[in-house]
Amino acid sequence: MSLKQTPLYPMHLKYNGKLIDFGGWELPVQYEGMGIIKEHNMVRESAGLFDVSHMGEVFIEGEKAEEAVQNLVCNDVKPMRDGQVLYSPMCYPDGGVVDDLLIYRCSPRKYLLVINAANADKDFEWITQHLAEGIKAENVSDQYAQLALQGPKAQEILQPLCDTDLDAIRFFWFKPAVKVAGVECLVSRTGYTGEDGFEIYINPADAGLVWEKILESGGDRVTPIGLGARDSLRFEAKLPLYGQEIDKDITPLEAGLGVFVKLEGDDFIGKDALVKQKQAIPTRKLVEFSMLGKGIPRSHYQVCKDGQAIGHVTSGMHSPTFKRPLGLALVKTEYSAPGTEFDIIIRDKAIPAQVESGAFYRKKTKSK
Amino acid sequence: MNIPADLLYTKDHEWIRVEGDRCHIGISDFAQSHLGDIVFVELPELGVEVDQGQAIGVIESVKAAATMFCPVGGTIVAVNEELEESPELLNEDCYANWVAVVELSDKADLDVLMDPAAYTEYCRQAEAEG
Repeated sequence: MSLKQTPLYPMHLKYNGKLIDFGGWELPVQYEGMGIIKEHNMVRESAGLFDVSHMGEVFIEGEKAEEAVQNLVCNDVKPMRDGQVLYSPMCYPDGGVVDDLLIYRCSPRKYLLVINAANADKDFEWITQHLAEGIKAENVSDQYAQLALQGPKAQEILQPLCDTDLDAIRFFWFKPAVKVAGVECLVSRTGYTGEDGFEIYINPADAGLVWEKILESGGDRVTPIGLGARDSLRFEAKLPLYGQEIDKDITPLEAGLGVFVKLEGDDFIGKDALVKQKQAIPTRKLVEFSMLGKGIPRSHYQVCKDGQAIGHVTSGMHSPTFKRPLGLALVKTEYSAPGTEFDIIIRDKAIPAQVESGAFYRKKTKSK
Repeated sequence: MNIPADLLYTKDHEWIRVEGDRCHIGISDFAQSHLGDIVFVELPELGVEVDQGQAIGVIESVKAAATMFCPVGGTIVAVNEELEESPELLNEDCYANWVAVVELSDKADLDVLMDPAAYTEYCRQAEAEG
């Protein structure tokens, strides 16, 4: 099977991206001369430009689009206003997660859902199966390229290219028609790094031009960033990754995403199961941990206490910012208190680790 | 790709410098560049006897963990402890920064290893296959 390429593929070649197969997409894990740690630090200290065109986009349109979207997602879409963005898990009836997504409200009759690349087909099928009569879902993933410009210097780099005052786009808001380098784009102040920054949705034919203009505007303040640093940045900011922190058999409550699950509001798929789980107190909980012994925790390593399995690592790595191994693990709730010690099974050896609190990156996003 | 002429290589991208019975071993330029930023090295155990191709250590980058296999059978007589503190040395110079010294037990083990020309071709093919 041949790999799919994004509209920015020529840019990955031009900037010497080290290309890998990422869920069927040919994308750069890192760029020549940089590497994950340098790219990671660049985003934390200055700015980085990501090609995230592999993400899926679906429009939901119709008279009762608001109700239709609400039925699909756990978060409360009612208070949203035009131009606002909302993060939400989307659940199965049993409370397991279909995907997590961003919801853009264009109008009460039109929403844009941004979904994970690896789940795009599955999500679109799920969405269309669960729409009421008269509501239309359109998969427009091929009609959009997506760039993310992230980091403390993102705004000062992007602003000179724009016809719109970026201060007017607050965190988790968007404008549907911002001219960037003369090209009309949807621009939101969102991201997946824990830094301030923007995501730019754009006609595929113009994506290369905008990419180049941003790099030109940024000069040595910005470089292209690959998927490796995208993962390490999101990990340090404790932003969940589908297939690791959340999955079809992990609920948002277990994953610590309760704040995005509004059980008091309108009904949605999975609500009954989540209400029950919340009343009973979830038996598993996602925790931060650090290593007391030597080793690097990795996704799916087992977590044990006194030789008994109590959970698994969802994500783990050597944190480039803190320069030490950190991990997230889904463990039995009784072992989730900060200070609790347990073992991570690394290549058949039990390496001691400790539950932490507040060890991860404090997000620099501009909340208000 | 830097492939020094005075070394032999394995299919798993380890190198070996044969000086009598004492052989320095390490990971190749191909290995370090494909792993990316190396952040952790689990060194071989000192004094143990190992078979050719046996897993003796682990090299971990930000992204991945890779097993290091012993290019020849023998006894581990030295390990480079500096790598525990500074694993990034393997990215900086993977040939100066050896991982261990093996006392070779059977010279015949060397026959199955690749010379620099064969290894250059092997890397070229591996690169082409992605």
